[in-house]
Amino acid sequence: MDTIEATDRLEELDSVVVRFAGDSGDGMQLTGSQFTSSTALAGNDLATFPDFPAEIRAPAGTTFGVSAFQINFGSSTVLTAGDDPDVLVAMNPAALKVNLKNVREGGLLVIDTGAFSKRNLQKAGYDTNPLETPLLDRFQVLKFDISKLTMDAVKDYGLSNKDALRCKNMWTLGLMMWMFTRPRETVIKWLDSKFASMPTIRDANIAALNAGHAFGDTAELGAAIKRYRVDRAQSEAGEYRTVTGSQALAWGVAAAGQLANMPIMFGSYPITPASPLLHELSRMKEFNVLTFQAEDEIAAICSAIGASYAGSIGVTSSSGPGIALKGEALGLAISTELPLLVINSQRGGPSTGLPTKTEQSDLYQAIYGRNGDAPIPVIATATPGDCFDVAIEATRIALKYMTPVMLLTDGYIANAAEPWKLPDINNYPSIAVTQKAARDPSDETAFNPFERDPKTLARPWAVPGTPGLEHRIGGIEKSSETGHISYDPDNHQRMSDLRAQKINNIANDIPLQTVTLGKDHGALAVVGWGSTYGPIDQAVRRARAEGLDVSHIHIRHIHPFPRNLKSLLAAFDKVIVAEMNMGQLITVLRDRYLLDARSVTKVSGQPFKIRELLTAIHEELGEQGARAAE
Amino acid sequence: MNKPITKLTAKDFTSDQEVRWCPGCGDYAILKCMQRTLPELGATTENTVFVSGIGCSSRFPYYMATYGFHTIHGRAPAIATGVKLANPELDVWVITGDGDGLSIGGNHLMHALRRNVDLNILLFNNEIYGLTKGQYSPTSQEGTRSPSTPFGSLDRPLVPAAFALGSGAHFVARTIDTAQKHMPEIFKRAHAHKGASFVEIFQNCIVYNDAVFESFTERSVIDDRTLDVRHDEPMLYGKEKDKGIIFNAKTMQLETVTLGENGITEADILVHDETNLTLAHMLTHMTPPDFPMVIGVIYCNPATSYERDMIAQMAAVKAERGIPDMNAHLRRGYTWTVE
Repeated sequence: MDTIEATDRLEELDSVVVRFAGDSGDGMQLTGSQFTSSTALAGNDLATFPDFPAEIRAPAGTTFGVSAFQINFGSSTVLTAGDDPDVLVAMNPAALKVNLKNVREGGLLVIDTGAFSKRNLQKAGYDTNPLETPLLDRFQVLKFDISKLTMDAVKDYGLSNKDALRCKNMWTLGLMMWMFTRPRETVIKWLDSKFASMPTIRDANIAALNAGHAFGDTAELGAAIKRYRVDRAQSEAGEYRTVTGSQALAWGVAAAGQLANMPIMFGSYPITPASPLLHELSRMKEFNVLTFQAEDEIAAICSAIGASYAGSIGVTSSSGPGIALKGEALGLAISTELPLLVINSQRGGPSTGLPTKTEQSDLYQAIYGRNGDAPIPVIATATPGDCFDVAIEATRIALKYMTPVMLLTDGYIANAAEPWKLPDINNYPSIAVTQKAARDPSDETAFNPFERDPKTLARPWAVPGTPGLEHRIGGIEKSSETGHISYDPDNHQRMSDLRAQKINNIANDIPLQTVTLGKDHGALAVVGWGSTYGPIDQAVRRARAEGLDVSHIHIRHIHPFPRNLKSLLAAFDKVIVAEMNMGQLITVLRDRYLLDARSVTKVSGQPFKIRELLTAIHEELGEQGARAAE
Repeated sequence: MNKPITKLTAKDFTSDQEVRWCPGCGDYAILKCMQRTLPELGATTENTVFVSGIGCSSRFPYYMATYGFHTIHGRAPAIATGVKLANPELDVWVITGDGDGLSIGGNHLMHALRRNVDLNILLFNNEIYGLTKGQYSPTSQEGTRSPSTPFGSLDRPLVPAAFALGSGAHFVARTIDTAQKHMPEIFKRAHAHKGASFVEIFQNCIVYNDAVFESFTERSVIDDRTLDVRHDEPMLYGKEKDKGIIFNAKTMQLETVTLGENGITEADILVHDETNLTLAHMLTHMTPPDFPMVIGVIYCNPATSYERDMIAQMAAVKAERGIPDMNAHLRRGYTWTVE
């Protein structure tokens, strides 16, 4: 071990970005999420970014097997997982190789030299050991043999070498908790329950955690290493927890069922990154949530449609490739005008694309991706916590207007965690549902399943089992007068108009577009949707701190748009549309409003960095921006 | 609401829609039989749902005065599964064909049968694609000349009943569109069976595949060329009931015999056991002209149905966890309070 000078400096920081990186089998996601829990308990605001490979266990030591977990925490509002890590924990050469380029100049590297064997260096593509070259000179480096230190810490527990080495993530976590003055109790409690049936493994992990912490306390760590304190964030008063988008979405779906006082039928098929939603909902049966793992994506949506037809709230979920398979059935739900919630946890595309990386490139698919003129409402979540409210709002629209609704989230929101101010379900209005009542047997008139509510244009929900409402529906065009099959050309025009009008009218039943940050007019608006909320907001916040006239507009309802969006956008001299695709929202805005805007896009599988957006803002504002950039 | 006590009739199950199948289509006979049989089952129009896919047979729901859902190609079993899961009290019938159920929708049919969802699945097998104008189907005989196979089809046909058994179906039966006395019995058995009931109906397409089953369905030969199996009864067939099936233990094959020939007596004839899966597999693979075509209930071995198991599991969780509390659910695990 290198000898380093001792120190007990405690540096105060506003915010820190820490990135844990190691092999897929090194337990970095667990390490990161445990660090997150204790950080939340310490009262910091935070955002996380789990960044892992698509392979379950890629060959050990390779760069494509590197799994990372990034957390940004601070004493003021944190909306992104941070641009560049201040601290990188690299558990092997491959983790160093993949992540080093992002670490800020002067940042701290914590490196397990025990994993820097000749073989591992080769696998990572290093010809020479980077620890012995000037490559790391611009960083502070803490390197020690974590593997050996861990083995020493757990040697009394009689574990196999392999099991003993698996404790090294807890040793590292212990060190990092020392470094950031984090309490260890939550982690110990978690280890207690996780390994309740394996007391030896539990005790060894706790010992490793404590050893890592004690190492920080007692080892002669040098000036390079500081302990940091990040003050509690000034959050709004209330009760908080950390939540991932998948959790909040699942709970929102179940809450919608409760608010509507109706059962949920969730038909789904496993796909990354949407599966956690199925997992979470399958544990919520007491909320009248029935989950069905179907044989494929098509059966998943079809079962949900069947359930909606029979009087439940049908919900289906997938990612882009699965949504593509659901397309024909979605058309059936549109044509038969049945309520349905379709959730897309977007990932990189096209085709299989980047299953574990985030993207917003299914917007066209959501709005346009079906045969025929087949409009549906499209609504998008902004943050993990926001998923709860968006699920309820989407369900409300589906039930009120008898229509499928597409809810867009993405891999980043699904997996990322943030502190969430817990809502009180009693403060949400109930969702009114009208299923048509049985008819008097003496009523001789024919029942028309397409006799619309004049206000919403929704057709009645006539549920099988109800006497007097027996009717036949299907994907063939139906007569607006009787609901029977109709090939009449005028009728098809009329029904197409009605279907479009019904969806367009929803614009009158959603909140007006507001400005998230800044004035409602001015030099520049940065427009975004979905998970770009955090980085755009931070970039606009910084630009405004520089004195620039910039506002942030975040769009939740993408189809139909809020009815004031056009006039709101017109009140700005310039508009930037920032999104993680090749420019899809901007196309829609141009199409609807003939909007002249600048497109800022990114499809690297990583969220926007604040810096990237700030640069775009500077460029767009010309001289004013250039001065600010200096 | 008080229901009229008067017994329902076929008319009550007949919708006001004009039937649009080709004149002479076998589907008419099946429709009439269904409309006639449902009142005998004690079915009500409001609790009966017909779900279909796409194809000639899939127009069936429009002609029934019950609830009906004409869905998309091949997906009826998946939609019907959702219907049944949402409301297990409904009587759900799935109407499909050889193209709809075994080609584009083969996967869903397999899984509905495997899960044993309580659906009555009627597969109208006419060995051709009718609605798309006559292409060969997955049950067409090898060499079928059709618009898409002008020189004869090359792929070997599927045996629907064998597919159903292989998928784990607990009820497999066959009947014939023209067998107006036989078909109602099969419908009643299918309806009584709780779990997925698979019924293959040999159905004549008069336009694109006329007389394809004539070799065993034609009135003058039907007795000699079909074997109507009945549980616990010897497998005898023929006008004089003098032909039968025996099991040859040496070859492990079924064989046809004639009573009185080579010393064969009725005691030698195999007795049908509809709970015997091995026997069911052998019967589905007996094909004319060497054997009679087997009709009737080939296999019936009830097991609990998927939706019943689902209800039981949900009830158990609800009983254990009590009245759900969303606020409490959101607050499970670590929470903290900001003053």
